[in-house]
Amino acid sequence: MEYFLQQTVNGLTLGSIYGLIALGYTMVYGIVGMINFAHGEIYMIGAFISLVAFAALGFLGITWLPAAFVLVLLIAMAFTCAYGWTLERLAYRPLRNSFRLAPLISAIGASIFLQSYVQILQGARTRSLPSLLEGGFTPLHALGLDVTVSKMQLLIICMTMLLMAGVFMLVNRTRFGRAQRAVQQDKMMASRLGIRVDHVISMTFVLGAALAAAAGLLVTMYYGSVDFFIGFLAGLKAFTAAVLGGIGSVPGAILGGMLIGLIEVYWGGYVSGTYKDVSVFMALILVLLFLPTGLLGRPDSEKV
Amino acid sequence: MLKIASRIMLAGTVSVTAMAAQAEVIVGVVGPMTGQYASFFEQLTNGAKVAVERINADGGVNGEQLVLQIEDDACDPKQAVAVANKLAAAGAQAVFGHFCSAASIPASDIYDESGIVMINPAATSPMLTERGVPTVFRTAGRDDKQALVIADEIVRRKLGERIAIVHDKSTHGLGIAEGVKAALNEKGIQEISFDSLTAGEKDFSTLVTTLKAQDPDVVYFGGYFAEAGLLVRQAREAGMTATFIGDDGVASSEFPSIAGKAADGFLMTFPPDPRQNPASAETVAAFREKGIEPEGYTLYTYAAVEVFDQAAEAAGATSGQAMVDALRDGSFDTVMGTLDFDEKGDSSTEPFILYKWEGATYTPLP
Repeated sequence: MEYFLQQTVNGLTLGSIYGLIALGYTMVYGIVGMINFAHGEIYMIGAFISLVAFAALGFLGITWLPAAFVLVLLIAMAFTCAYGWTLERLAYRPLRNSFRLAPLISAIGASIFLQSYVQILQGARTRSLPSLLEGGFTPLHALGLDVTVSKMQLLIICMTMLLMAGVFMLVNRTRFGRAQRAVQQDKMMASRLGIRVDHVISMTFVLGAALAAAAGLLVTMYYGSVDFFIGFLAGLKAFTAAVLGGIGSVPGAILGGMLIGLIEVYWGGYVSGTYKDVSVFMALILVLLFLPTGLLGRPDSEKV
Repeated sequence: MLKIASRIMLAGTVSVTAMAAQAEVIVGVVGPMTGQYASFFEQLTNGAKVAVERINADGGVNGEQLVLQIEDDACDPKQAVAVANKLAAAGAQAVFGHFCSAASIPASDIYDESGIVMINPAATSPMLTERGVPTVFRTAGRDDKQALVIADEIVRRKLGERIAIVHDKSTHGLGIAEGVKAALNEKGIQEISFDSLTAGEKDFSTLVTTLKAQDPDVVYFGGYFAEAGLLVRQAREAGMTATFIGDDGVASSEFPSIAGKAADGFLMTFPPDPRQNPASAETVAAFREKGIEPEGYTLYTYAAVEVFDQAAEAAGATSGQAMVDALRDGSFDTVMGTLDFDEKGDSSTEPFILYKWEGATYTPLP
């Protein structure tokens, strides 16, 4: 029982990271109908910026963790959003009226470019950070179950819940969110009604990048290690999560993320640790075959 | 008049270039300049560069200056073959590399076709020399011997009864892990689990939880420092107290920065550290003066270049059958002591010994 619970904690933590990244995929798909394959690299850039920011703050003597955390979060979000915005302007906007495959190809190219860019600037080595938040809790100790929840794991799950609530509020309760939903439904009509469509799309990319930056920061603190290649696998799994949850649906992204995290961990823990990743991609294939719109996605209705 | 003058000049230029080409011996150093193992490749290039500098200062090889060509194979077999072809076409006479066994093996075939000698300072898979390619030699040890040493040490030092084996699915990691398993089984010890992780990933929480539930005394990890560091760090955070052992893939100064405090007490096997050898004192000092700490495979590469230099003098040639014969028959005085090669190309270096990581360095266990 405690093995199951421990793996569940691992899965929820992993799932939170996937969910945060998946939100970026899902929002962009919802609004421009394209998969931003370079999003994994945005997450990786967020992780690197967090690492550098922590190192810089340490150098400046700011070591009180809560302050450092908030500062690094803001710095990472600011820079990563700049990358996300630039990416959209340079790689996607010019191709918006082109054939459907063009932005996808551009996305793959942007992904390779960003990977190489970071590899050249930061080197190919793994960069590490010493452990910042140590220790954990054994909440079920009274029941005799040795299930450890580390402080980092708790931070990750709580931050994800907080950010998800924030995004939900943004999309459903603000003017911007309303504009976003309008653009998602009918771009041309929205622009006719005076909504600045280009701006809304840019801001969506920026929002996705901000969430990816948060994921990158949390991952940097959790594992203490980043390299230029982490965006690839994480991006692929988060994309799977977005599709599983229903691409285009915000709660779907988080749900999909958690599910993928749990599937990966249960498979790895009970069936085969060696082929743990197989479970995630099997899930992707099954979802695409049998439920392509995902769990919470809306089926594409014909527009009359 | 002008026509004759220009023709003489042209002939002069051509002959000068031809003379320059003849006065140089191109040798290659190949390995993962890009990718996760780049820090290992730095060890190789440092060793080769300093060796080439000193040999050139001493008059070169058979009177010819050595020119070092450094190439990147990213530890990828396909890229390794492309690079091998490139070096062969450039007229390289010898190659000190590659680093990864999976890349060295296909490249060795290409070099063999051109009679180019490969003196490998780091690849440890037994397959490299077992295939019977005559131009392959190495100053590094072999993983099958390494696996025996690991199994022996676990038993000899009574590190524990419950042994879990984990590998990273690479040629190197899987090879040693299977070797350790076989060696332990022969001694009558059954490992409690044989599992693997994916290199390049960061999250090993699932594996750590699985391992913790198995409650091992010893965990042997076959693979490289990045995964070893993350694995042991996450294991200690989860509260595991087992002893961790790794192999030569962990011998990098990056390991303690990735593992943090968890690096303390991590055991690993590595060939006897050439820095401890009195024969190498002067060379080690020379490296340190340049600001290079000759850790890991640095001196193995240095020795490989020394071997090449001495064999070329004995053979009167820098490649081809004469070179192969000289390497096989000769006995060479290197920074690692006296080296000779057996008929497979393996060197006579002492078998691996056990080291313990403490802070940022490793020291041999008595």
